[in-house]
Amino acid sequence: MNEPSFIRDRLIPVGSILLVIVIAWYVAAYSMNAPFQRDFDRRADITRTAGEFFMKTMSQPKPTMPAPHQVASNLWKNTFTVKPWSKRSLVYHSWITLSATLLGFAMGTALGVAIAIGIVHIPALDRSFLPWIIASQTIPILAIAPMIIVLLSAIGVTGLLPKALISTYLSFFPVAVGMVKGLRSPDVLHLDLMRTYSANKLQTLWKLRIPASVPFFFTSMKVAIAASLIGAIVGELPTGAVAGIGSKLLAGSYYSQTVDIFAALIAGSIVAILLVTAVDVIGRFVNTRMGAKTQ
Amino acid sequence: MSVFRPNWQALMALLATLYSLTGLPFTESMSSASSLAVVAILLAGALLSMLPLSYTLQTAVLTLSSFGAAALLIAGLTDAFGTAGQGYFAALTAAWLLGWRLVTVLSGDGSRGSEGRGSALIVPALFGIWVVILWECIIRGAGVPFVLLPPPSAIGARIVTSTSILAADFQQTVLKAVLFGYVVGCSTGFLVAILADRFRFFANGLLPIGNMVSALPMIGIAPVMVIWFGFDWQSKAAVVIVMTFFPMLVNTLAGLAATSDMERDLMRTYGATHWQVLVKLRLQAAMPFIFNALKINSTLALIGAIVAEFFGTPIVGMGFRISTEVGRMNLDMVWAEIAMAAIVGSLFYGALALLERTVTFWHPSYRR
Repeated sequence: MNEPSFIRDRLIPVGSILLVIVIAWYVAAYSMNAPFQRDFDRRADITRTAGEFFMKTMSQPKPTMPAPHQVASNLWKNTFTVKPWSKRSLVYHSWITLSATLLGFAMGTALGVAIAIGIVHIPALDRSFLPWIIASQTIPILAIAPMIIVLLSAIGVTGLLPKALISTYLSFFPVAVGMVKGLRSPDVLHLDLMRTYSANKLQTLWKLRIPASVPFFFTSMKVAIAASLIGAIVGELPTGAVAGIGSKLLAGSYYSQTVDIFAALIAGSIVAILLVTAVDVIGRFVNTRMGAKTQ
Repeated sequence: MSVFRPNWQALMALLATLYSLTGLPFTESMSSASSLAVVAILLAGALLSMLPLSYTLQTAVLTLSSFGAAALLIAGLTDAFGTAGQGYFAALTAAWLLGWRLVTVLSGDGSRGSEGRGSALIVPALFGIWVVILWECIIRGAGVPFVLLPPPSAIGARIVTSTSILAADFQQTVLKAVLFGYVVGCSTGFLVAILADRFRFFANGLLPIGNMVSALPMIGIAPVMVIWFGFDWQSKAAVVIVMTFFPMLVNTLAGLAATSDMERDLMRTYGATHWQVLVKLRLQAAMPFIFNALKINSTLALIGAIVAEFFGTPIVGMGFRISTEVGRMNLDMVWAEIAMAAIVGSLFYGALALLERTVTFWHPSYRR
């Protein structure tokens, strides 16, 4: 029918839905904060006009539902007005979480690729191990996260590694499953061609299977890096609110600092979006350089 | 050489068994006679498995020798915590290698077709059993401290003795929070997708947002929900709803777009209305996507409910129990909860997979 246009099919719908979300957020903030404010005013014997009352619900120090501009100003204050290495800075906390995420993601990706290569080449491993990998993900592994942290700290392993291990566990699965699919994606004709060249298994792997699996690799890495971030955040919960986005969430929940919680959530979301976008951009670049057709 | 058909697992098992003779008896409570019995079983198994026997006989020999030796080795650990020497572990390695050989024989060399429908279940089951055997023997044989990792037998004993606690936690976390949140989250995601699909504008706007939100660490809303809805299961259900909503929305929208123009045109030539096309064609085609979301959500729901309990609960629930029992170093209780979570998660997933098979029987991936 019509030519697809970015402005009509993307910008306007997404923009208007985001606008609706912000408006709904303000309405929710008003209606959820109003009971407390009404109570407060009655105790203090203050009568306000409706406009004054509305403004007051938007600027409570510990609101039930912080208004978007409160979160935005908290985010601004803790990102740009404090030194990035001070403990109050969200940049500092994001960096702590990010470093654990990246370490766990690297380990998980390496593990996933190794498992996939093993599964593709050893039939016994394929039959016996693959069902357990899938079963391992039906276990809510995040539930053991605190235990792993406590145990590792009991034997002297603290800091980055325990959190990274949880990220590893969450991120190896998408990579392993995606890479098994990718390494098996060359069709029989291509494999037979390699055989007529009398290529050995290693050569077939390096020259045919791995190049063929690259698109699968990047698709599964996008899932894996998001999972890895979640692992790092949950891994920070039991460390007792030392540092990181997870600890900001925990501290906020102890002191009912909803504005802080929302600011930490948004900081985490920004990190997530940046990570997924980075993987996406690198994937597109590599795919194009390897001769993939662009859509 | 014509009689023997050597393979590396059996040869390695032979070497390990011979090496284990240097460390007799294996543990403090094992007599030399029973240690030698293990060695004899292993030697017989390793040697017989290299003979050109029939498939059935070979699996029988390997099963009997590997599990017989493992049973004797586990029995030898009674009252001998942490006294196993290097001979014990060499024998254990040999038994494990024979078990591996069994799996290799059962799974074939990969070129032949499947070895019968039974082995699809037996092979992974064997793998699981060996993980448990090695876990038990290594923990108890080497004397790993209980607070680090309890052996499976202690976890099993704990499950049996504290069923009432486990049942209460199960009711609180799974039956109340997870089930309610899962049903509400999935159905609202589905309904919103159906509505958004009616208006292209909505679908165009919601799809990028939903895709983005699916990648966000939504688990972070748990503390907010606990502040809003209190400590009881309602706050956990709210977390589950938010976590399951977006995967369902995105997958249903993608599934509804999965039909081709040809199929839709055919429906139009039948004079079908929008709702008829939706129910008879497009929802059917979307079913694989919807089941994909249901499966993803089954894991997310359990994770969401358990993690949300770390932020405050009444004194019951799986997440609460895990975090408090870790603090009290009752690790067998923690592992009992994890085992329960794993079983619940796997059953949930398995039930969904079965349902998917019956609903989407037409899908190419089930063709044989």
